[in-house]
Amino acid sequence: MRVVLAEDLFLLRDGLTRTLREHGCEVVASVDNGPALVRALRETDLDVAVIDIRLPPTHTDEGLQAALEARRTRPRLPVLILSQYVDQLYAHELLASGEGAVGYLLKDRVTHTAQFIDALHTVAAGGTVMDPQVIAKLLTRSEKRGRTDSLTPREHEVLTLMAEGRSNTAIADALHISESAVAKHIASIFSKLEIEQSPEANRRVLAVLAYLKG
Amino acid sequence: MGGFRRADWVALGRCQLVGLAGFLVVGAGLLAGGALTLLPLGIGFRVLPAAAGLLRRVSDRYRARAARWTGRPLSPPDPLPRGTSARRGSAAILGDDGFWHDLRWAWLEPWTGGVLAAVPLALVEYGAFGALVQPFVWRRLGDGNWYAFVPVTSTAGMLTALLLGLVLITTGLRLAPVMATLHARLTHRLLSAPRTTELTRRVARLADTRATALDVHAAELTRIERDLHDGAQARLVALGLTLDEATRLLGTDPEAARTLLLDVRATSARALQDLRDLVHGIHPPILTDRGLADAVRSLALDSHLDVEVTVDLPPARLPAPVESAAYFAVSELLTNAAKHAAATRVDITLTHNATHLRVSVTDDGHGGADPSSGTGLPGIRRRLDTFDGTLALHSPPGGPTTATLEIPCASSSPKTSSSSATA
Repeated sequence: MRVVLAEDLFLLRDGLTRTLREHGCEVVASVDNGPALVRALRETDLDVAVIDIRLPPTHTDEGLQAALEARRTRPRLPVLILSQYVDQLYAHELLASGEGAVGYLLKDRVTHTAQFIDALHTVAAGGTVMDPQVIAKLLTRSEKRGRTDSLTPREHEVLTLMAEGRSNTAIADALHISESAVAKHIASIFSKLEIEQSPEANRRVLAVLAYLKG
Repeated sequence: MGGFRRADWVALGRCQLVGLAGFLVVGAGLLAGGALTLLPLGIGFRVLPAAAGLLRRVSDRYRARAARWTGRPLSPPDPLPRGTSARRGSAAILGDDGFWHDLRWAWLEPWTGGVLAAVPLALVEYGAFGALVQPFVWRRLGDGNWYAFVPVTSTAGMLTALLLGLVLITTGLRLAPVMATLHARLTHRLLSAPRTTELTRRVARLADTRATALDVHAAELTRIERDLHDGAQARLVALGLTLDEATRLLGTDPEAARTLLLDVRATSARALQDLRDLVHGIHPPILTDRGLADAVRSLALDSHLDVEVTVDLPPARLPAPVESAAYFAVSELLTNAAKHAAATRVDITLTHNATHLRVSVTDDGHGGADPSSGTGLPGIRRRLDTFDGTLALHSPPGGPTTATLEIPCASSSPKTSSSSATA
């Protein structure tokens, strides 16, 4: 897998490069500022871009702006945004920037290497990965509005993991239940919330996120 | 008369008002002056407080009008001093700058105001006599009938008078706004508190708000210190201890060491989260990244209420402290709407004119909010004070509640906007 990496702190960039290499990824471009990232996203042949949101020269949301801009000219360009904090507005902007192939994670999630690499593969394959904090806020909001009242506690857990962009296998692992049980819970959630069930995993996440945002 | 502008007639009306109200000023001025001359007889001491009070009421009316007509607020003098006895009261009044200013104005106003107001009035009224009355009466008035410098003894003379009358009316009407404005400005100047009084007040207020700002700042630092101490710092200590133990166990019980290391990872994640929360409370990153509008939109997304944000702000960024104050105020108001007003919907508008940032937050809750209760609203007000900002609350029982805050801040200078444009 060809990865473009944008991170301005040398130590982190170095560490991430090593982690990616260990997991069979090829870092085709590694940049440390916004303008260089814009160029890399325009010109490089890549499978996924891993981008720190805060980059020189402005040290604000340079990385996000570059990613959104790139996805306007190259629709569904897979980008995984890393940040010291997550903001619902940025999550919304990323989700609105095209169907799927986006990820938005807290920076410290990279320390859970397996999950991070999983997320990277999901995004590269056109899927959607949102940080548990983003999902938690969306769920609290839905709960307070009484939109998820009909779900059982277990279904609630499954919904959370599903919204984060985890696969059925990953959900089964996390909850220590069988995959068929996961499938059953998911079917039940979709019918209770009256969301149209799509066989495709990517669309499933998007449908759930759309429901939670509404 | 359709050719005349409405504003001219309004101004003419104002001149008329000034002319008539002038009698009141003369009366009040004479009374106060009379009281002063009667002081040696002793009776003046009894009359002076009442006379000064009446004069102040009249001048206050002029102040309100001058502020309205010039569109500039006017800083009033300090209230008239009161004494326990008529003699003490009078003595205090005699030592009061405001009273002497009022008196000076009362004696000037009939001359200045009277003349300014009389010019357009006289022109229009004399013009009306020429244009509207002469045509009907000149035949009966005979040879000696003159209108200004025109002998009105023939139809030609009458027509000239009519024309001249119209010219005079037009001139009078055109002059009216000029004179009315001139008079309002003069009144504004004469009746404003002396510059020293105004500055003294300003200094007192600045000292006050500076003390508050320092208090708020100190409290904030204490909070940060405590949060760090109880949060991230404590977790780092725990982390060190656990790591130490894990190191010791590494040789003897690798499995237990592994469990401890997993613990360490969880603790480090929590320490990071503590720091994130702390940073967010000091200065939300999105405020730095995107400015006030997007930061408020982000707040709207975080709230479980239906929040509609309408923004009409200049593209250039507002000063950072202003953005921060407005952000935390909106955050507090949103919390209030959800917690105390049981609202379901909130409308937030952000606008900026040349001098002020204006933010209004309206919710559909049950209203009846008391601006002085709790810590929320007084807290917002205290923070805004530092900027000379204001918070107005309109919350009738049954709702809706509207909180409007205004913070003076000039739109960014071209220099600021160009520097942010190159960024």
